[in-house]
Amino acid sequence: MSLLTLDRLDVRHGLLQAVREVSFAIEKGEIVALVGANGAGKSTLLRAIAGAHIPASGRIAFEGADVTGLRAHKRVAKGIALVPEGRRLFGAMTIDENLQVATRVGRRGYWTSETVMELFPMLRARRSSLTGNLSGGERQAAAIGRALMTNPRLLLLDEVSLGLAPVVVDGLYRSMRSLLQGDATLVLVEQDLGRALSVATRVMCMLEGRIVLDGRVGEVTREQIVDAYFGLRGGAGRDHDTKATA
Amino acid sequence: MSNPTNFVVERWTRASVASGVAVAIIVVVLAITPLIGGANVVDKLTTLFVYVILAAMWNALAGYAGLVSVGQQAFFGIGAYFAIQLSAHGFPAYPSLIGGAVGAALLAIPISLFMLRLRGGEFSIGMWVLAEALHLLVNQDPLIQGETGTSMISLNAFSHAERLAYNYWLALGSMLVLLGAIFVLLRSPFGASVQAIRDDEEAAAALGVKVLATKRTVFILAAFGCALAGVLWLATSVTFQPKTNFGVQWTAYMILMALVGGLGTFEGPILGALLFFVVQDQFGENGVWYMAGLGSVAILFALFMPRGVWGEIEGRFGIRLLPVGYHLRLPDIFARKPDD
Amino acid sequence: MSIVNLVAQGALLGGYYALLACGLSLMFGVMRIINLAHGDLAVLGAFLVFVISDYFNISPFLALVAVLPIMAAVGWLMQRGMLERSLRSGMLVPLLATFGLSIAVENLLFEAYGADTRSLAPMIGDLAFDSLEVSNQLSISYLAALIFALAVALLGGLSLFLKHTSLGRAIRATAEDADTAELVGVNSRSVYAIAAAIAVATAGLAGTMLAMRATFDPYSGPMQLIFAFEAVVIGGIGSLWGTLLGGIVLGLAQSIGATFDPRWFLLAGHLTFLAILGGRMFNEWARARGGLRSSLGFWR
Repeated sequence: MSLLTLDRLDVRHGLLQAVREVSFAIEKGEIVALVGANGAGKSTLLRAIAGAHIPASGRIAFEGADVTGLRAHKRVAKGIALVPEGRRLFGAMTIDENLQVATRVGRRGYWTSETVMELFPMLRARRSSLTGNLSGGERQAAAIGRALMTNPRLLLLDEVSLGLAPVVVDGLYRSMRSLLQGDATLVLVEQDLGRALSVATRVMCMLEGRIVLDGRVGEVTREQIVDAYFGLRGGAGRDHDTKATA
Repeated sequence: MSNPTNFVVERWTRASVASGVAVAIIVVVLAITPLIGGANVVDKLTTLFVYVILAAMWNALAGYAGLVSVGQQAFFGIGAYFAIQLSAHGFPAYPSLIGGAVGAALLAIPISLFMLRLRGGEFSIGMWVLAEALHLLVNQDPLIQGETGTSMISLNAFSHAERLAYNYWLALGSMLVLLGAIFVLLRSPFGASVQAIRDDEEAAAALGVKVLATKRTVFILAAFGCALAGVLWLATSVTFQPKTNFGVQWTAYMILMALVGGLGTFEGPILGALLFFVVQDQFGENGVWYMAGLGSVAILFALFMPRGVWGEIEGRFGIRLLPVGYHLRLPDIFARKPDD
Repeated sequence: MSIVNLVAQGALLGGYYALLACGLSLMFGVMRIINLAHGDLAVLGAFLVFVISDYFNISPFLALVAVLPIMAAVGWLMQRGMLERSLRSGMLVPLLATFGLSIAVENLLFEAYGADTRSLAPMIGDLAFDSLEVSNQLSISYLAALIFALAVALLGGLSLFLKHTSLGRAIRATAEDADTAELVGVNSRSVYAIAAAIAVATAGLAGTMLAMRATFDPYSGPMQLIFAFEAVVIGGIGSLWGTLLGGIVLGLAQSIGATFDPRWFLLAGHLTFLAILGGRMFNEWARARGGLRSSLGFWR
């Protein structure tokens, strides 16, 4: 049984269709890089999986159970966590409080305030500071930490490197492997192709709401990815465009 | 994808032209009613016109400019107060009435500078506090004698029949002028600005819309309109009682009419006023259950039919009787396909 | 009346206003809704306490123990049944819905209990009029002091609750960003309902206190709403302790106004409210132009 299965998902932003007929399955333990140009639909797709966006049609199944109609907080209870684009920390609350809010859902596991601060030591020193006063790197760490506190089985990371200095992003990516300690499967949306491919086991490329490339990191070439990114040729690996007609 | 170059933008559709003609006929009939109709009809129609004015004004504020005021009774009352003052100082009756309304509009200018900096619910209750403050201030005037109130004696210079007819025409005239003003404003670039502000103030400001100035214009117009309604009410009842004129029930009526009729539409408040008038006429005597019922109706409409009766009709059938918007007519090849 | 006494009376009155305003402030802080029915709900609480005290012949304080949960349930229902829906439609609809609720409550109360003004004062015996003679200049009513203490206890309790409990944190998170709160596992609808329950329960408490220190009738609601709103705005929206300060300022303004002329009690409050609002706006206006000092430069 796959961890996450999407079946012909259609998500709209008002009148705009952001995600078209997306179908794929993710297995436990994978690290999936979701790449694509701005506006390709990546964030919307992640938000739909997390429950922040209700799809217009299609199905989402998590560990075999249909979660399509489930509200976001119930999905967190099941084990899906999203680190949203722009971090969205609770600025009027401290790091500690931000982490603690995420424990309300009651999922026990490897991740606690202590282990999160081991992973991101810079948080420990500022733990009683309001998150509104932190630097970009600290905020991103706090946001990831907050999601980890729910001990998810599927962790979705939306553009974690956005707006951060390269050396800070280096640190984050070094920690990326450690995220798997808690038994999580990762999907990360990332603009920086190089970074994404450095940690991922699988890469999916989105263009105008569709998945145009889907393959294992060792098997697809960088060229194929770039082509798919810009929509230059048919794309390689599992081609989702034609799946419906097959 | 081919370009739809051969589309037509039009303001007047067949339906709206037909409505325009109908409206013209109705206006003429209404104008001559006092000459042909009985006193009862004239009196009731005057009341209806006042309701239409109130509904249209509240709709202009909330439905178009996005300003929810729970204190329009401030102007309903202060206009009447100014009229009483003018009359007490020797001015003839009807000029005093109009003067009172103008005075209220002038007062609205500094008020707007102040109140419009409040947002959302703060503005709502802020207006209410203002109404209460004005009420209390007016009570201090020895001419008014506190809650006892006073009469506009200069009106007694006219016979009952004359007063009835003059009130009617003043009411009809006011209603037409105000509705006309709204109609013209809506069709102008100003109208687009107002609705842009209602929908998304920040975006509108980013586009260069002068948000504050636009809101101020609508606010002052609504103040003038409510004040006109207030002096008309004074003219029909002759007595001025602060508690009546400054009562919050006027806002309750306005909200109900605008909401039930259809917020943000032109025809909505007219329909709402009509419905309210009929209901008030039939059931108004039932006092408390009636008011409780009205309150429940407001809740139900707010929850389930926020677009109001006219809004639903407009939405479902695509009818717009009076041309305040634009229609885009595309050539037939872009007609919707059956499985869309 | 001596100045000391005047200040004391005004401040204690402020305690009542703070108690009343607490719920309004909470609902606005968490849900950005101004509940136009807040005053009427307070009066509803007073009626319930009155009826239960009267029927079972018990002290209103005892009746309050039963009424508070009832009011909490009313608040919960109001949120889940009515306001939740209207929240999705923007700012206008909740205002309209609560306005409709206000009218419905007032008139249903009238229908059920008639227009008579009532009071709980007869039922609390000596507490209604006993005071402590601190000096020959200053006497403090026990009831007023009790109400003030209740206000402080409530505001303090709420502050602690919000700061240190899991539910309190969930409420703060939801108040700041409901969508993200959902994404970390907080059920925002539940949180809103709980906040509404707390708010309406406090309103019921305040209404009961009003009934003890003064009179009430089905149409007392709107005036209480205005007082609550004035207290919240004067004290600064978003601050719980600010509500206490706002209440005290309002109470003082009204008391001072009344010493000049009893009819100026209400007016003094309204004018103070408008003046503070004006002052705040002027401050903002000045700040936008380089600060209060520079814009007032010619005064130096």
